[in-house]
Amino acid sequence: MTASANPSPAVIRVTELKKQYKVGAETIHALDGVTLDIRAREYVAIMGASGSGKSTLMNILGCLDRPSSGMYELDGQAVSTLSAAAMARVRNQRIGFVFQSFELLPRFSALKNVELPLIYSDVPWRSRRKMAREAVDRVSLTDRARHRPNQLSGGQRQRVAIARALVCRPTILLADEPTGNLDTVTSAEILRLFSQLHEQGQTIVIVTHEPDVAAHANRIIRMRDGKVLSDLPVEQDNAVASHREAALRVQKGAP
Amino acid sequence: MRLFLHPISLLRLLLQSAWLALDQIWANKMRSILTTIGIIIGVASATAVIAALTGLRLYVLESFESIGTNKIFIVPERPQTGKLKNSNGWLLRFHPEEFSGLLEHCPSVANFTRSMGQRLDVSYKDKTESGVSITGIDPQWHQIENRFVTQGRPFSLIDGQQARPVCLINPKVRDKLALPTNCVGETIMVGEARFTIMGLIEEHPQTGMFGSGDSELEVFIPFTSAWRMNNGFIVGIAASRSPSVSEDARAELTFFLRKQRHIKPGEPSTFRLEIIEQYLTQFNNMATMITLVAAGIVAISLVVGGIGIMNIMLVSVSERTREIGLRKAVGARPGAILLQFLVEAVILCLFGGLIGIAIGETLTYGLTKLPNGGLAKASIPFIAIVASFFFSAAIGVASGMFPAIKAARLDPIEALRHE
Repeated sequence: MTASANPSPAVIRVTELKKQYKVGAETIHALDGVTLDIRAREYVAIMGASGSGKSTLMNILGCLDRPSSGMYELDGQAVSTLSAAAMARVRNQRIGFVFQSFELLPRFSALKNVELPLIYSDVPWRSRRKMAREAVDRVSLTDRARHRPNQLSGGQRQRVAIARALVCRPTILLADEPTGNLDTVTSAEILRLFSQLHEQGQTIVIVTHEPDVAAHANRIIRMRDGKVLSDLPVEQDNAVASHREAALRVQKGAP
Repeated sequence: MRLFLHPISLLRLLLQSAWLALDQIWANKMRSILTTIGIIIGVASATAVIAALTGLRLYVLESFESIGTNKIFIVPERPQTGKLKNSNGWLLRFHPEEFSGLLEHCPSVANFTRSMGQRLDVSYKDKTESGVSITGIDPQWHQIENRFVTQGRPFSLIDGQQARPVCLINPKVRDKLALPTNCVGETIMVGEARFTIMGLIEEHPQTGMFGSGDSELEVFIPFTSAWRMNNGFIVGIAASRSPSVSEDARAELTFFLRKQRHIKPGEPSTFRLEIIEQYLTQFNNMATMITLVAAGIVAISLVVGGIGIMNIMLVSVSERTREIGLRKAVGARPGAILLQFLVEAVILCLFGGLIGIAIGETLTYGLTKLPNGGLAKASIPFIAIVASFFFSAAIGVASGMFPAIKAARLDPIEALRHE
């Protein structure tokens, strides 16, 4: 099931996206003309070394940051020029965030943490608990809902964070190094959960530098120096990557 | 910064913010209490001072009323200027006949009595009391002082005209001298003279400020009898028809007495008139001043308290930077963050205010139990409680605004990166 085999409307359309930072007298081009579409039901991994611009792209896709120039359309709506309050609403309703360090509120139970985005939505009081429970069920944490984060394992904490990201039924789920703080076994468990959500029809964009993690996606975008280096379905990317590695080995082996 | 779209969602967010704030305050109990101490002390002292002033005002008013606000005291006084400046004050004292015809010439004066006090030993059989207050009075004294004879009869005109050795005593004298319950007709020794008791006079009403609480031993004799014993220092006591005409009465009395004393126009008077109302005005001015000074001190302590709150809110914003970042990332509008911290500051101040009011009430209760009883009626007026409450809330808004704006303006990416 690849993007080309199942043509569905683009939920994210990014055109000539640029982002510059001024650090002292120097201007850093974190994004230098990125253009890409992400369609509904895709599972995309964005890869790149640190400084490649993948986190900047993630922040802009997540409406946490604005591009210096270029266009970002989410569900056909230009969102990068919205007011701060309208941006907050977009984050609340259409984007689910999963962070590397979970970012759970320590004094709240898992269920309360999951309920947090609903506080800032228009969902009436009575429906909130029900929606939070549904989200907790989706990540199979029903029996841990009453526990506080410090009573949960790392994997369980990340599940709570994923439930929180899903609770408002977002258009896209954005995950920034979601397995970065987890051991191999727990990582596999979380990645299985992502695949499961993807099968249920959730659009997912995941940022990672680990090939094992990216391998779970069905499309891999590689970035370098603020530009898209390659944008291929996972099978082709694997071929190109192994080819590239071979080439690197040859280079190293032939001084 | 547009806050919210809908009043219902605003109300919902307010409730949520209040709930969050309570949770936060509970999580930092010790810090919250220490932070609000400034507010607590400010409100407690404000309410206690207001209560004390309220009590004092009531007490003073009652004291003056027990003397009678329509009373005018006439006392001789050596003038500050003129040829009598260096005269012997004793020579300026009143003579009994100087007041004759006073009521006819002063239409605003309802009653008038001469009064002359001295202290003498009083004895009955083998009992002796020394330093008893002996006051010579005219029959109208009862109306002016509002103290009447409860047993026997008051002095008659004849008693006065003939300067008879008759007296009225208060129950305390009867008890101290072990006189029979019905003491009318008994004879007691006043100084070196024998006096027959004509009746029992009412106990002096609780005078508060001007009496020592406990009533004195009092013996009253006709003014003429007192004058015969001792040509002493006479004080005239006039009662105006009502407090509102006391200024007229004063003018009439001045005119009458200057004529009696043959004082020429332009020369200073050799007597002084004292109206209780004057003291009341003076007291009110003083009370207002005390209130202002107290208000100033309280305002300073509340400002200091507010700075404390602001400081702790800044600490709170800084501590919770990541939380703020997360809340923003999951869709909290800047207004929602602003409200959360503002509500927390207000609730903190309201707690301080409530504890302050409670301590103020306790202090007030303590004031009412003070031994000399001057503040027995101290109480915090309801309006002061309401004002303290709103004032605390206002301090919360004022001191929470800056930290709240700081929180609302945090960049979510920066905030989430914060360690």
